[in-house]
Amino acid sequence: MNLENQFNTRKPPVATTGLIGWLRINLFSSWFNTAVTLLVLYFLYQIIPWFLDWSILSADFTHNYKGEKIIDRTFCSRVANPEEYHGACWSIIIVRFYQFIYGFYPVDQVWRANLTYFLLAVALIPLLVENLPYRRHLIKFTIVFPIIAFVLLYGGFGFEIVPTNKWGGLLVTLVLGVFGIALAFPLGIILALGRRSKLPVISMVCTLFIEFIRGVPLITLLFFGMVMLPLFLPEGINMDGLVRVLVAVTLFQAAYMAEVIRGGLQAIPQGQFEAAQSVGLSYWQMNRKIILPQAIRITIPSIVNTSIGLFKDTTLVIIIGLLDLLGIGRGALSDATWMGLSNEVYVFVAIVFFIFTFSMSRYSLYLEKKLKTGINMGAD
Amino acid sequence: MSEDSIISLSNVNKWFGDFQVLQDVNLEVKRKERIVVCGPSGSGKSTMIRCINRLEEHQEGTIIVDGIELTGNLKNIDSVRREVGMVFQQFNLFPHLSVKENITLAPIWVKRMPKAEAEELAMQQLEIVKIPEQANKYPGQLSGGQQQRVAIARSLAMKPNIMLFDEPTSALDPEMIKEVLDVMVELAEAGMTMIVVTHEMGFAKTVANRMVFMDEGRIVEEAAPEKFFNNPESDRTKLFLSQILNH
Ligand SMILES: Nc1ncnc2c1ncn2[C@@H]1O[C@H](COP(=O)(O)OP(=O)(O)OP(=O)(O)O)[C@@H](O)[C@H]1O
Ligand SMILES: [Mg+2]
Repeated sequence: MNLENQFNTRKPPVATTGLIGWLRINLFSSWFNTAVTLLVLYFLYQIIPWFLDWSILSADFTHNYKGEKIIDRTFCSRVANPEEYHGACWSIIIVRFYQFIYGFYPVDQVWRANLTYFLLAVALIPLLVENLPYRRHLIKFTIVFPIIAFVLLYGGFGFEIVPTNKWGGLLVTLVLGVFGIALAFPLGIILALGRRSKLPVISMVCTLFIEFIRGVPLITLLFFGMVMLPLFLPEGINMDGLVRVLVAVTLFQAAYMAEVIRGGLQAIPQGQFEAAQSVGLSYWQMNRKIILPQAIRITIPSIVNTSIGLFKDTTLVIIIGLLDLLGIGRGALSDATWMGLSNEVYVFVAIVFFIFTFSMSRYSLYLEKKLKTGINMGAD
Repeated sequence: MSEDSIISLSNVNKWFGDFQVLQDVNLEVKRKERIVVCGPSGSGKSTMIRCINRLEEHQEGTIIVDGIELTGNLKNIDSVRREVGMVFQQFNLFPHLSVKENITLAPIWVKRMPKAEAEELAMQQLEIVKIPEQANKYPGQLSGGQQQRVAIARSLAMKPNIMLFDEPTSALDPEMIKEVLDVMVELAEAGMTMIVVTHEMGFAKTVANRMVFMDEGRIVEEAAPEKFFNNPESDRTKLFLSQILNH
């Protein structure tokens, strides 16, 4: 054996690393995998060019094939000349873009909605970027953001009131999704702790609440919020429609969140509780500093999963007459000037939802990765 | 109870369901006294010392710690837990916090100590257990012996008057047992009141003022170490000692 060989480690065999190695391992490792890979490739080959052609290359945006500005469906190339043209007609989205994003929010006040969108992005930054100067203060902003957002959107404090029945489109979808998730999270934690409480009354109330809500479809709760909730309120107090829906959505989400978090709490070893108690931490300190951080860490994937579920379920509000993103889309379709363009509308709505839910699922992967090291460190 | 007792258990009874774990347990511990508790598995050793800081609740009898009686009163429980530190067989460090944070947590939140002061205190405690260089690691990055010493430091940071140890070396590899026992011996020499459940008889002989032998939920024998090891009264103690010393 020559001396050099002893010190130079050999390179791995060519075909196990790099692109070829990756392809081999992941796509062509057996005849079955190879068949599936080829089938999928064929499928993509059929779909992608067709979709690109339909959605972009042959599509109308503001003007049709004759160069005319599209003002109703009859101007769309594929309606005007169906023999030769088959592309999408995005004008319905473009003409109604304002409605899709803001609903019927007054144009002279729309800066408030825009500012809210902007502040939402700011509020998300500290959750996304870890090594941020002043992150702790930005987090405080994130926590109070829902209040700021509500005041900005609704009005009061010198702003003109914009009643919530004027809100619509993405604005309503995000208000329900973001508020629903943000409010349900602390409520879910309280319910999960309550269900595990040693005090029988508290534990029973929380269990009953959770099981009742989980046993009922969201639609039922939405009707409950619309129709029954006002009956429970004292005379003279008129709760806003959107707020009533938000209450229903929040309670629904909180029940699911509670069960997810309870699962995490059960996974924490008894010794953690005992150690926390023996150094003198109170019940709340113990949960806040020791138990919940660990329980939430291990349940992040499930928390995000139920959150994505809720975000999509908010489209059910259409049934009680709220116009969220999907509702605005259906409204556009029922308008005689744009009838028949349902593909465009549903594809657009689907893409918007996909962007949000996909981001959420990526975020959960990022958190998992970030926290994985921490969990491994915890292994004895 | 006698005047200078810091811990006093009288006629303590406890049941888990129908099963009686503690039967008429009486124990007086004086200030600065070191008690070693031994006995077969399931004899109630852990349960007894866990009653002293109320991790378990006794149903009959009285337990008084430094003049405070343990009842359902939450305030009393809090004050007793400030007096009493506890070290567990499984260390029970907080895995999501660094070593330093494990130690500063209780001083900051329970005693409202400023962070800088708490960190200084943590470093002092880590000096005592001889691992100041591990301050910024996470528990999972330490060996068992180091983890157990961090656990001791974490308890000491609350400046307890009493330390309870529940088989602190049973989960450790043999080569790490000594480093933990050494720390405990120093603690004893510094005058800490200690109750130690352990089967490390070498440690017991050097450190204990008094041996307590438990079986089936009762304290069967209580004696000074020389008498306990050389001339025990009860047959059960003899049997236990022969088993434990011969293997
Ligand atoms: N939470 C509990 N519920 C029911 N039974 C329990 C509980 N904890 C302990 N026991 C029982 O009480 C008895 C005494 O337990 P304990 O842990 O005090 O024994 P020990 O002397 O510390 O034993 P070991 O040496 O194995 O630690 C055992 O029979 C055990 O099974
Ligand atoms: Mg035990």
